[in-house]
Amino acid sequence: MAKPKVAFFDFASCEGCQLSAIDLAPEQMLDLLNVVDIVEFREAISEKAAKYDIALIEGSITRDCDVPRLQDIRNRSKVLVAFGACAHTGGINALKNFQKKEDYQKAVYPTDPLKYETTVTRAISEVVQVDAFIPGCPINTMEFVRIVKNLVLGKRPDIPDYSVCVECKKNENICVYEKGMHCLGPVIRAGCDAKCPSNGGYCYGCRGTVTKPNLHAQKDVMQKYNLTFDQMTDQFKLFLQRNREVFKNAG
Amino acid sequence: MPDNVKIDVHHITRVEGHGNIKVDVKNGELVECRLEIVEAPRFFEAMIKGRTYKEASLITSRICGICSAGHVLASLAATEDAFNIKISEQEKLLRCLLNTGQHFESHVLHIYFLAIPDFVGAKSVLPLVNTHKDVVVQAIKLKKLGHEIGDMIGGRLIHPTATNVKAMTMVPEPGVLEEIIVRLEDAKQELKSSIPLLKSLKLPDYERETEYISLYKKGEYTFLEGDIYSSDSGEISRKDYLDVTNEYLCDHSTAKRTKHKRESYMVGALARFNNNSQWLSPDAKQTAVDLGLKAPCYNSYLNTVAQFVELVHLADEGIKAASALLNKDVKLEDDSFPLKAGQGVGAVEVPRGILFHDYTYDDKGILQRSNCIIPTGQNFQNIENDFRKLVPEIIDKSQDEIRLLLEMMVRAYDPCISCSAHILDIEFINSRSTTV
Repeated sequence: MAKPKVAFFDFASCEGCQLSAIDLAPEQMLDLLNVVDIVEFREAISEKAAKYDIALIEGSITRDCDVPRLQDIRNRSKVLVAFGACAHTGGINALKNFQKKEDYQKAVYPTDPLKYETTVTRAISEVVQVDAFIPGCPINTMEFVRIVKNLVLGKRPDIPDYSVCVECKKNENICVYEKGMHCLGPVIRAGCDAKCPSNGGYCYGCRGTVTKPNLHAQKDVMQKYNLTFDQMTDQFKLFLQRNREVFKNAG
Repeated sequence: MPDNVKIDVHHITRVEGHGNIKVDVKNGELVECRLEIVEAPRFFEAMIKGRTYKEASLITSRICGICSAGHVLASLAATEDAFNIKISEQEKLLRCLLNTGQHFESHVLHIYFLAIPDFVGAKSVLPLVNTHKDVVVQAIKLKKLGHEIGDMIGGRLIHPTATNVKAMTMVPEPGVLEEIIVRLEDAKQELKSSIPLLKSLKLPDYERETEYISLYKKGEYTFLEGDIYSSDSGEISRKDYLDVTNEYLCDHSTAKRTKHKRESYMVGALARFNNNSQWLSPDAKQTAVDLGLKAPCYNSYLNTVAQFVELVHLADEGIKAASALLNKDVKLEDDSFPLKAGQGVGAVEVPRGILFHDYTYDDKGILQRSNCIIPTGQNFQNIENDFRKLVPEIIDKSQDEIRLLLEMMVRAYDPCISCSAHILDIEFINSRSTTV
């Protein structure tokens, strides 16, 4: 059987997810190359291909001129994966959507604000059909390997649908709220091993919410620690502007 | 007699981001020669407006995956400058280690995975897995070491989780520091064994003297501290960085460009080497001698060699920092400080050159204004000027050879287009015509 053809593509992003994908030990990388054919990966290789079994899309869509390119990749791919937060939720790129277009254009290109095309930042699933996603900013390397394995075997991607708090408790951390900071852990999808709270930080939601986020429970937690709901909404802005449910309920 | 040559490379590969190369020669006259940057602009400077000082580095880290730790270090430095915060010796050493991890990952990736395939006639590193497996395995290990040092110190190399204004929120155990020392010692041996390979690469014979700009601190091959230095005009205060960069917009690029004393200047490993090589570690100096790299060097293609020399220096610096930390009682430090309104500038050397972050805060620590000037943006005009000098010199070669030499020139700068706006893409439009 021919090896599945895997390709990487990027739109508006930092390309950090592609870099995280290749953060493998030599034997892991060679193993991966034994089961899949990397046929396109502009950042790392010059080869090209016509069709793909699995297309991994990093980045969000911020210009209309990128839409035909994405549609073309979609048409040539069996399975299309939103790869990382920018593709999955719109990511940090969507933070600009809270501002007026004229304002951010003027702020960055004051002498010629209309010079470069830009639109509202969208997640990949708002433009084409997406078959799977790999969350996170950046993605977690081992989760990436696991999901690619799932997809190659025709299985449903194995991604947790419980909150970051579960992993945080498992790591025996003192709750971030006890330290006087606010944290989105209660409603955000686990799978990162609660890295930020475990390293002395707090969760800012890069992996998106769980399927059924209990925003009321989050609100209760906030109240218990004398934090306002506005503070939480503000925190959601960093990665979740495209999550209408969050902003409807929060607003 | 030169032919008509038209080169249009759409989305050049093996660089970070999207860009195109366009070259047009008519009747032997170079009518067009440019590097187009077609990356989607992301408006970071606008996005961070209204966010708090705590989020500044967290957001700007996302400008670029490969330089994310560098953006964090520049961002923290700018914020600390604005609030008049002095960081401790321990914090300096931890940041030095994070910087070592970042440069290791980035330089190794560039030298072995992006640049070397051109020299052995391969389209990428993939065919080398079969023909040069030992080199590929060694490269993967070295790259992973950089990544892991970043993970051990910063919580994560790409978009670090433990970095914080004034003091990191996580500190390494002594065992971690010991491991870093052992592994960097090993890495030095591995690098040494790579010297014959590096020496065997036939680097194109080319020279163009330009202005070299880097960070500068007397007595140190500096990455994180000091002021600005120009090979044309000497030392310049970090605060006066705008006098150096003079950003302007260019029709064929979504990235802003810069110029100082001349039409363009160069930043990055070769600029650092030209300005600061006297302060490299003894082993790094020896490596430069072994590879025939001497300052000042005017061949931009040798930026890749300068990166290799820096790897040896960074390994030495990393060992020094980890040893110094082992001799200290490393513990979590207080990260509190009084807020005040103010402006601050952070200047650090990231793998591709000098990076500036400039923030203005109000008295609640909310960002009012910001400016980030990225190394690759500073290099674009210099790459184009190299094209202009290079094309007439190589015009008698085949179209494929010209194209490869131009792509290699772009890759030598190790451009990071995501950072500067975000992409590079190259494509030949027409086949070469034999009629004049």
